[in-house]
Amino acid sequence: MTARRIVYTLVFLAVAVPLLLGIRARVEPSPPVKAAYEAIEALPESSLVLIGIDFGPSTMPEMNPMYEALLEHLFRRNLRVAVLSLQSALDLPNGIQVLEKVARRFGKRYGVDYANLGYKPGLEAVIVSLGQEIRDIFPEDAQGHPLDSLPMFRGVHNYNDIALVIDLASGGTYGSWIQFAQARFGVKLLVGVTAVMGPETYPYLQSRQLVGMLAGLKGAAEYETLIQRPGLASRGMPAQAVVHLLIILFILYGNWGFWKQWRR
Amino acid sequence: MKRTGPFVLSVVIGLWILVAFFVKPLRGAQQTLLLWYTIVGAFALVVGLINLIQSHLRNLQRGQNVPYSLILLFGFFGTLAVGIYAFFQGNAFDPYSPLMWVYGYVLAPLQSTMFSLLAFFLASAAFRAFRIRNMEALLLLLAAVIVMLGRIPWTEHTFAGITEWIMAIPNLAAQRGIQIGVALGAIGMALRILFGLERPYLR
Repeated sequence: MTARRIVYTLVFLAVAVPLLLGIRARVEPSPPVKAAYEAIEALPESSLVLIGIDFGPSTMPEMNPMYEALLEHLFRRNLRVAVLSLQSALDLPNGIQVLEKVARRFGKRYGVDYANLGYKPGLEAVIVSLGQEIRDIFPEDAQGHPLDSLPMFRGVHNYNDIALVIDLASGGTYGSWIQFAQARFGVKLLVGVTAVMGPETYPYLQSRQLVGMLAGLKGAAEYETLIQRPGLASRGMPAQAVVHLLIILFILYGNWGFWKQWRR
Repeated sequence: MKRTGPFVLSVVIGLWILVAFFVKPLRGAQQTLLLWYTIVGAFALVVGLINLIQSHLRNLQRGQNVPYSLILLFGFFGTLAVGIYAFFQGNAFDPYSPLMWVYGYVLAPLQSTMFSLLAFFLASAAFRAFRIRNMEALLLLLAAVIVMLGRIPWTEHTFAGITEWIMAIPNLAAQRGIQIGVALGAIGMALRILFGLERPYLR
């Protein structure tokens, strides 16, 4: 068996065994995740929250759990939720399925408590337009209902009427939200990103352009801990943790071999 | 005229959008221009698709990478057919439409699988390539190991503090430096395009 096959087999076992055994692990919320939770806690009841679903199937396993945990918190707090997608039309269907699943659990009604604005191309143009009048860019929701016919949009015109924007991004869309919504209109912005994108958001957290940040499966698991509802992320964390440990061991073992060779 | 027209148009529109960020009365027109940009972008997508299909048809003619090109063309036209059928059935993007079936049971598992493979490649790369050859590599290795330990539920109590410090201080400083550098580069390039020193749209 070659070294590569041994590595692959060990990674497979490291992922599969903790998942099959159902090992649980408690995670401690980090400051950016706590800040995200507190930002939602601070919103007045029935405020409107806009969620950008900007992640595709490739990142679904780490993004869906944080999306579900956030929705759980938003609906628990009786906040209104509108979703839209600015990256790809194909990001939204998964987002709608998750939204409907959580909304059903809370007995929320379409048009009153939540709505789907659909996909709109032209990222920056759409973000800027939302700052003027939402009906200019979304005269109807994704199902073709005029926005004025949906009770949850009564009196909603622009960012002044949106309490919080959450962008769940696997790409650069959150940067556009910062540039064109936060910097220009002072929108309160929270992001959920993949684990590899987490480090690049820290400058915006420090400058307070982001009110909070969830990164990867760990961020989702931390949020699940805060809302006291362990879900997909909490179940996946032990597998991720074992793989992390395995990678550390691989690095140490590889360097031990390198050091031995160097001494010779 | 063939070259001057696009140049003048891009300079005027570029400057207009830039100035409108600071001059409120210009924002109405800026809004319209940004909507035009969206429409032009949609046409560019069509051009890109035509190019992609032509390229793979050429592959078939030349006998290069035939299986891959066949799969791409089959996937493209198959999804298109299902999409058109779903469109006439009602809302193609309805979560329960045939197009979304293709999305949920073909595209999503394929993309998730491709992304999952990264774990295997990453582990293999860590074993083979992450060598402490100098001081910088040692620092990188230490930071990586500490951050990973800080992300593991069983060790995070010990490493959470230092992990957060690494993320909030050295990482932040490096990220900000990179972002400022990228932004300056982007501003430089934008100015070159605005003043006609760079004309990628004429190529």
